[in-house]
Amino acid sequence: MNILLITIVTLVYLIITAFFGYLGWRHTKDATDFLLAGRKTHPFIMAVSYGSTFISTSAIIGFGGAAAVFGMGVLWLTFLNIGVGIFIAFVIFGKRTRKMGHNLDAHTFPELIGKRYNSKLLQGASGLMIFVAMPLYAGSVIIGGAQFIAQTLSISYEAALFFFVAVVAVYVIMGGLKGVLYTDAFQGVIMFISMIILLIATYWMLGGVIDSHKALTNIAPEAVKVWGKAGHEGWTTMPATGSVFWWQLISTIVLGVGIGVLAQPQLAVRFMTVKSDRELNRGVLIGGVFILMMTGVAFTVGALTNVYFLNNPAFGKISVLAADKRVDNIIPLYINSAMPVWFTALFMVTMLAAAMSTLSAQFHTMGSAFGRDFIEQGINIKTGSTILTTKVSMGFAIILSTFLAYFLPRFFEQGSAIIAIGTAIFMGLCAATFLPLYFGGLFTRRITKAGALAGFFSGLATSSFWIMFIHAKESVPLGLCKALFGVPTLAGQSSLQFVDPIVIALPVSIVVTIVVSIFTKSPDSEHLERCFSGLR
Amino acid sequence: MLGLDGVGVFLAYIMSIFAGIGCVVYGIKNWNTPADADVDKEINEEIEWEKSDPENEERD
Repeated sequence: MNILLITIVTLVYLIITAFFGYLGWRHTKDATDFLLAGRKTHPFIMAVSYGSTFISTSAIIGFGGAAAVFGMGVLWLTFLNIGVGIFIAFVIFGKRTRKMGHNLDAHTFPELIGKRYNSKLLQGASGLMIFVAMPLYAGSVIIGGAQFIAQTLSISYEAALFFFVAVVAVYVIMGGLKGVLYTDAFQGVIMFISMIILLIATYWMLGGVIDSHKALTNIAPEAVKVWGKAGHEGWTTMPATGSVFWWQLISTIVLGVGIGVLAQPQLAVRFMTVKSDRELNRGVLIGGVFILMMTGVAFTVGALTNVYFLNNPAFGKISVLAADKRVDNIIPLYINSAMPVWFTALFMVTMLAAAMSTLSAQFHTMGSAFGRDFIEQGINIKTGSTILTTKVSMGFAIILSTFLAYFLPRFFEQGSAIIAIGTAIFMGLCAATFLPLYFGGLFTRRITKAGALAGFFSGLATSSFWIMFIHAKESVPLGLCKALFGVPTLAGQSSLQFVDPIVIALPVSIVVTIVVSIFTKSPDSEHLERCFSGLR
Repeated sequence: MLGLDGVGVFLAYIMSIFAGIGCVVYGIKNWNTPADADVDKEINEEIEWEKSDPENEERD
């Protein structure tokens, strides 16, 4: 019955995806042809394909689950996702990234910053960092998809993981970044429709917008009972300022991801493959609405699941307890118990769509970061075929990410929002290492090669130190601090143990980049002219 | 406040919606910016850039 329906819907979805992929492939002979064909493409198709690449199972399952714990304060992340992740990213960063990428003939993010600062070391080191750290984010996206499949089909997490990765891997290896316009747009439309239905159904089921919010407000004592000591004051109010929950919500969830999105390598590459500034302007419209409907709905519904689970006699407890303390299982459990079977089937393909579009960009970025930026440019090993090197590296990236998706749920303590943490660590790391030199490289001529390198390595060192020795969420399960110093965190009993690495590492990286640049020689003007040609 | 208890959450809720509306307004205002001539120039530039991509596979 249910499984048959879900299987049929999933198969139909996969067949349509393959058909669109074939259509895109047949109509374009090569990348140049693809661009020319794209001129005739409807702007809607162009724009929706953006959104589906940005949003993944991490945002919907992972951060939706986090909202069930932290409450609707997570919506600050939606605000930043739209204001920073779409508007500032597209209008301020996107246009200059595109132009400078073309000026320097750069095709990957590490290549862009490497050429901007004339540094193979920077290109190689950032390529290696992306390859090593991004599996954490890709792994988080995979966990989201596998968790939903396991819950829906009542199979083990390991079996779901295998099935999910197999489908995505075939798609990624067959596809790649180019020529996926139609499939991306198709996936985006599915995601959009599905989330609208989810929002309306949830509000309708709980008695309307205001009444459902009131119901969530009224059960605040349930949250205080469980997390009161950590600063939780209810799902419709912010946690107590300075408390454990406040630091986690503000520094890790909101800032880590909200700011980190600006320095995402797979996003920067996306800007360079945009045909013109007009596409970026149009992208702001669709992107803004799309992100609102994705993260806004996931976070609102995530928090409201508490009302549903508490009032449902079959559960009679708040979301995290109903899901056996597995935060990443809250949204899958809600969909499976509160929504009709046909919607569960639709949501299944939504999760596949959300993961496939994002993972294909991530795996391609990791493959090129390792193959082209680290191996070929960083350590100067010439390979016979760049395409083959990238594809082999992609294969390794898929294996590494799958391994993390298998391992991470065992790593963190029970009750942790693993997907959200995994995503936030990577995004925070990107912000601390790349953001100062990326911003400086695009907007000023005064940041020097030495400044950029010093900023990159100081951001990397500070983040790594904070993760391993201070931030208890990671230092405790990692165990390195305990082994070396006999304590789980060097922060002792202070609140520092709850402060996310980005809060410390990003300012350190900014200051180091600026100070070292002040005391080192400016880059030669000829090179700068080339970088900034056509840019004011 | 829409049934929400804290000002912080209320602000997050409505500001997210306003940010979305702001993006729509910006997109509509700039839907045809830059003009066709500039876009054609940018597309040609993009084509040159694509051609030099080491991963650009020519197909028969």
